[in-house]
Amino acid sequence: MPMPSCDVLVIGGGLNGLACATRLAQTGRKVTLVEAEPETGGATRALPDLAKGVKAPALAHLLWHLDPRVEKAMTLDRHGLAWAARDIATTVLSPLGPLTVTGAQTSGPDAMAWNRLYSRLTRMAERLEPFRRMAPPRLGGGNDWLALARHALGLRLLGAREFRDLLRLVLINAHDVATDELTDPRLRALLCFDATLGAWASPRNPNTLILWLDRLAGQVAGRKQSLSLPKGGLPALAAAMTAAARAAGVTIRTGARVARIDIAADRADGVTLQTGEMLSARIVVSAIGPKPTLLNLVGARHLDAGLVTRLRHQKARGATAKLHLALSAAPDFGTDLRARLLIAPDEQAVDLAFNPVKYGETPAAPVMELLLSSAFEPGHAPEGQHVLSANVQFAPHAPKDAFSAKTSLLAAAMAQLERAAPGIGALVTASDFLMPQDIEARFGMAGGSWHHGDLSVEQMLFLRPLPELSRYATPVAGLWLTGAGTHPGGLSGAAGWNAAEAIERAGA
Amino acid sequence: MTATSLHRQPLAETPFHPRTSALNRLHNWGAWAGYRTAGCYGDTVMEHTAIRNAASLYDITPMIKYRITGPDAAAYLDRLTVRNVSNLAEKAVHYTAWTDDAGQMMDDGTLFRLGPQDFRLCCQERHLPWLRDSAWGFDVVIADETESVAALALQGPTSAAVLRACGFDIDGLKPFRMAEFAFAETNLLISRTGFTGDLGYELWIPPAQALALWDHLMMQGAPFGLMPVGSDAVMLARTEAGFLTANLDFIPAQQALREDRSRSPLELGLGWMVDWNKGPFTGRRALLAERETGGRWALVGLDIPGNVSAEGAILYHRKTAEAGFITAACWSPTLKRNLALAQVQARHADCRDLWVEIYALRELQYVKLMLPVRATPRPFFAPERRRATPPPAF
Ligand SMILES: Cc1cc2nc3c(=O)[nH]c(=O)nc-3n(C[C@H](O)[C@H](O)[C@H](O)COP(=O)(O)OP(=O)(O)OC[C@H]3O[C@@H](n4cnc5c(N)ncnc54)[C@H](O)[C@@H]3O)c2cc1C
Repeated sequence: MPMPSCDVLVIGGGLNGLACATRLAQTGRKVTLVEAEPETGGATRALPDLAKGVKAPALAHLLWHLDPRVEKAMTLDRHGLAWAARDIATTVLSPLGPLTVTGAQTSGPDAMAWNRLYSRLTRMAERLEPFRRMAPPRLGGGNDWLALARHALGLRLLGAREFRDLLRLVLINAHDVATDELTDPRLRALLCFDATLGAWASPRNPNTLILWLDRLAGQVAGRKQSLSLPKGGLPALAAAMTAAARAAGVTIRTGARVARIDIAADRADGVTLQTGEMLSARIVVSAIGPKPTLLNLVGARHLDAGLVTRLRHQKARGATAKLHLALSAAPDFGTDLRARLLIAPDEQAVDLAFNPVKYGETPAAPVMELLLSSAFEPGHAPEGQHVLSANVQFAPHAPKDAFSAKTSLLAAAMAQLERAAPGIGALVTASDFLMPQDIEARFGMAGGSWHHGDLSVEQMLFLRPLPELSRYATPVAGLWLTGAGTHPGGLSGAAGWNAAEAIERAGA
Repeated sequence: MTATSLHRQPLAETPFHPRTSALNRLHNWGAWAGYRTAGCYGDTVMEHTAIRNAASLYDITPMIKYRITGPDAAAYLDRLTVRNVSNLAEKAVHYTAWTDDAGQMMDDGTLFRLGPQDFRLCCQERHLPWLRDSAWGFDVVIADETESVAALALQGPTSAAVLRACGFDIDGLKPFRMAEFAFAETNLLISRTGFTGDLGYELWIPPAQALALWDHLMMQGAPFGLMPVGSDAVMLARTEAGFLTANLDFIPAQQALREDRSRSPLELGLGWMVDWNKGPFTGRRALLAERETGGRWALVGLDIPGNVSAEGAILYHRKTAEAGFITAACWSPTLKRNLALAQVQARHADCRDLWVEIYALRELQYVKLMLPVRATPRPFFAPERRRATPPPAF
């Protein structure tokens, strides 16, 4: 075997891969990161030419979480990260008129009720937050008992009543909480939408409220529950993290697609690129998702049959489609465009939009999250023009007929937009629409899933992605997992940071 | 008949049933994998005597048989089982085992390499879901051919003579090899394999020719003392030989209800067949770890004083602390020894100061015996004739 060309080889230059590579380089390891695409950033990379002068992130357009450890250790501010908007408001578009919500603050008949509910849930979310910043506890032992005890105590200190309430809320569905606590259909819709954004779930599915708690556990640049937009959009965050990784000494190779993880004597010792080039390393960390890593790059032959079956059955069902529109002028939604806009009139609309997806069909009235980054700052679209990116829910990950599903969901989404902003259709100069299957094909995300695998209670914490893989290590010595498919999911960099910590602790 | 009412149907009959039922004087039937099989035709002692002193015919059709074919068949089986399948020659057979991810025994069985990409796996339990799951990522086809292959075990010192008399030239056939013969316008496959530890063969044929084969064997075998035998005699013979049986000597991991009931091949004394160097196979990492730290159990062969079979008995260290249990036992008529297979806690593998508590039934009254045991190598019974090629004539 040739001398390893580096200590650590990271596969995938999404935000988690970048965070992981940086930390490992900062602790003195020689790290190379290989990214298949010409640009790093994964789901946050810039969308390639939608229209001249239009810049948009490929998939992820808003930031809910940015791991404070990552932010600090990568000194992202020094690498160009600045904010176009913090504490971004959400405006729910409705026949009743738009309702704007910023954190706990809103107006209308439920303003007080919303404030109380929001405060109550954020209190709980904050107790859950520390669990995001550690490897998940393990039932079989080998835990960081001290940290675990501290976080568990934090939970317990909520007091018996709130602790009981938390246990109840972990299990409950978002829809029930919305209808129990709120009367304004727009607030109900908001709660239901945010609990199922990116999930393969209706708000009436059990265990959906915890997904909202997970969102509320977020913080960005020192502010809790602060929906944020970096200057230059999410591609600028990717650029800052890439610069930070380089500054830490990470060698980044783009346009290098890994075809295989090389294994000798049951140890990962490098990768082979699609071009046939081989790169050797002492350690391989894959940030592209557990399923493609183990099932495709490692292959069944190197894994126990039971693990392969469990991985195949691990749920990875994208239910979000991505729509981009280049607009020749500002659309009229009857409200300030410097907000996250939701097309979801009430809680039932969110539920109904999910139902057909269960049967591989598309909803007639999808619910949607819209962002016009061009409304926040110049540079996203030519002067006077706009770019709209939308997360369209729900979309079947395995439609009966892929072509007709795509055309009918696109038509339905355009019809929703036209109702919300009459005349918007005529402003469209270019468009791009990705179904979950397209997302899988272009970004490598299993099933087009938001988190490289459903983030649902049965696939969370020490069950993520599978119990035997939940500590970032794999059965193949020298091969580690990170990325949104591992705990705690998402693009905050937390998964990447935790994985690097696990690698350091293992002395690898 | 729907799939859900299948279990209420009478047991299925094997293709040999018209003959075996006519001979079964006792109507002593047992269930084996959904089939009705003879426990004893008339006298177990006579049947066992035939196994050891003449020749015996045992209907093994109910044995579960999987056919595994395709370009990746060898690679697939190398990943599935603990032995090296790529090294298994064409027309050869080996005894093997497979485990789950945790390295716990799922079953043992025999693997026949019928061709470069063509295998038959015979075993006690059904495994289709596991075999199919294991096939993901491999270019193989797996079929359950239990019903489409009829099989007989012809075992005993005169078994070779019976085959010669039938016109099958098996002189060159070595142990764990197989050969094909034309018979009744079909192919008869004969392998030199068996479950008695003696000279013996297994015969594999399409069900349509099953009765013709039975009749031919019985006719030509009569002068050599050929006798149909039931499961009771065969189980006695297998205990004498010291062979394992799933669900008697170990609980298949996939069936174990209690977490501590499953066993690894190392704990069952099958470490010799694990090929650590062939590359990955399911359970390898767990077994490697076990090899480092040592297992919890050891399977041992025991010699026990006296002539009372120790079936189901518990073993004690210094007559007081429980140290293991007997899984199979017999007073061996062939060896005139009181033998047993037992699982003992690993630290008692040498069997020093181990005692067996036997409840001996003597004319309606149980007498409690506490007897010292002695470890003894397996197989207990392994006569030269088992190996000799050409096999000796009688
Ligand atoms: C439609 C949609 C909208 C979303 N919107 C948001 C949002 O607004 N806000 C939010 O916070 N989250 C959003 N998400 C979720 C977010 O995109 C993911 O959580 C995030 O991308 C995970 O980051 P990651 O670094 O783990 O992986 P990824 O971003 O998926 O990065 C993985 C990288 O690996 C590369 N790669 C894949 N295969 C190979 C290979 N074989 N060799 C080399 N490189 C390879 C890919 O090109 C990619 O760059 C959205 C997801 C979807 C599907």
